[in-house]
Amino acid sequence: MMVDFAIVAAKAFLVLFMVLNLAGVLGWVERKGSALIQDRIGANRASIFGFAGMGLVNTLLADPIKFLSKEDFIPARGDRLLHTLAPCLALFPALVTFAVIPFGDVLIVGGRDINLQVANLNIGILYIFAMASLSVYGIVIGAWASNNKFSLLGGVRGAAQMVSYEIAMGLSVIGVIMVYGTLEPQAMVRAQGDLFWGWLPAWGVIRQPLAFLLFFTAAVAETKRLPFDAPEGESEIVAGYHVEYSGGKFLMFFAGEFAEVVTAAGLVTTLFFGGWQVPYLLRDGFHFPWGDALPLAPLAVTILQVAAFSIKALFFCWLQILLRWTLPRFRYDQVMRLGWKMLLPAALVNVFITAVWIVVRERPST
Amino acid sequence: MILFSILAVLSVVFSLLVVTQRNVVHSAMALAATLFVVAVLFLTLNAPVIGVLQILVYAGAIMILILFVIMLLNPTSIEARPAAWWTLGSLAAAALFIQFIVLLSRRPLSSAGPPVPDSFGGPESIAQSLFTDFALPFEVASVLLLVAIIGAVTLAQRQR
Repeated sequence: MMVDFAIVAAKAFLVLFMVLNLAGVLGWVERKGSALIQDRIGANRASIFGFAGMGLVNTLLADPIKFLSKEDFIPARGDRLLHTLAPCLALFPALVTFAVIPFGDVLIVGGRDINLQVANLNIGILYIFAMASLSVYGIVIGAWASNNKFSLLGGVRGAAQMVSYEIAMGLSVIGVIMVYGTLEPQAMVRAQGDLFWGWLPAWGVIRQPLAFLLFFTAAVAETKRLPFDAPEGESEIVAGYHVEYSGGKFLMFFAGEFAEVVTAAGLVTTLFFGGWQVPYLLRDGFHFPWGDALPLAPLAVTILQVAAFSIKALFFCWLQILLRWTLPRFRYDQVMRLGWKMLLPAALVNVFITAVWIVVRERPST
Repeated sequence: MILFSILAVLSVVFSLLVVTQRNVVHSAMALAATLFVVAVLFLTLNAPVIGVLQILVYAGAIMILILFVIMLLNPTSIEARPAAWWTLGSLAAAALFIQFIVLLSRRPLSSAGPPVPDSFGGPESIAQSLFTDFALPFEVASVLLLVAIIGAVTLAQRQR
């Protein structure tokens, strides 16, 4: 009993530790990435000893110190309680969503099966969408409590954008759920270990390519980052919903945004890129399609799987940062048109085609 | 039992806040908190799908739309509540309370109900009953939603 509790606590700590730290690292990667893409020297103020590695370490230390030592400003006619609550509401959904994302298969230690996932829910996907739907509160409440017209405009834009893209995101996943026949993320990842024609990994992106494009677009829109950052829109509404935030509370919004990036990357990996699956790696080692086999110890297999999940997730974090510095901001009406008139019908078509395909495949003879 | 008591007290406190708060946004946030606590109650009662849908639909969609409307209209001062409605509402609540007390005192409460199958409240069993026993009500409800959507679009176009 105590051991079970300790294991769950350790897993929760590990996941939160990784996500929050990765959020901090991504803040630095984003600045470096922007400098790289804009062909300038960037983010080198904290590189005290001159080489890039120190820049990362110092930025990770300097950022929190700077944010936490700043004045915490609350607008005079704002709402003190809700102004303080809003950053917590923004950070909370991004952190708890990771609970159902599996980062490895079952690890067997001392006769005890440890599922490398914080919580194995049989309604995992529904839980993810429930938590994603709560992430709107942070920006809406923050915008309203600031008593600032630019904040309010940003909050209204953000609420409309996130509610719209949640629908496209939910519908794009329905095709995936139909193919795997489960709502459990761990079972979905297991199903992606199959092979097509004996050599092609049956990852979600191969079974549902359209759903992947729709889901990734909607997920980027949900993180409110470029090209979907109309709620912040610096050139129009200063900084949108967090214009009246400073210090630690702004840091929470900032960390929440990067935690959302990490969570979105983890979700895309789990649903479409095989999660912790390494091609041809089974529980006892590699089984290559040309007949060779390379037996491995169970611990080595687990380490490889966790590494595979991390690498895939990091790739999608990097891809989101690349997108953010490559594409210009969409106008607000373009955001709405893309969500409602392109993504939503395409997701419906995808659900229809998937349904037809499943029915045809199940009755080949008649 | 301890968990239930905590959740019950929390849901009652937040519900009272919904009614007593003078600030509309505070009321709305208290309502969202109430819905969230009720969703957790569903989770503890072997109904995970209902609980998660409660968060997804009520807290995540309907409350957001209510907040959206409040933000767009931004009501700075609330109109005074007429005393007649206050009394009527209180009377109705009291009547409901007495009814519940009478009903609950007649039947002895027992914590041990019939055993629940493992799949109870899971997505599979709910889908099974929705598509077999309750197929007609399910479809009728979807037609009702469609009518509401078409009605909303028509009303929005007429104003233009």
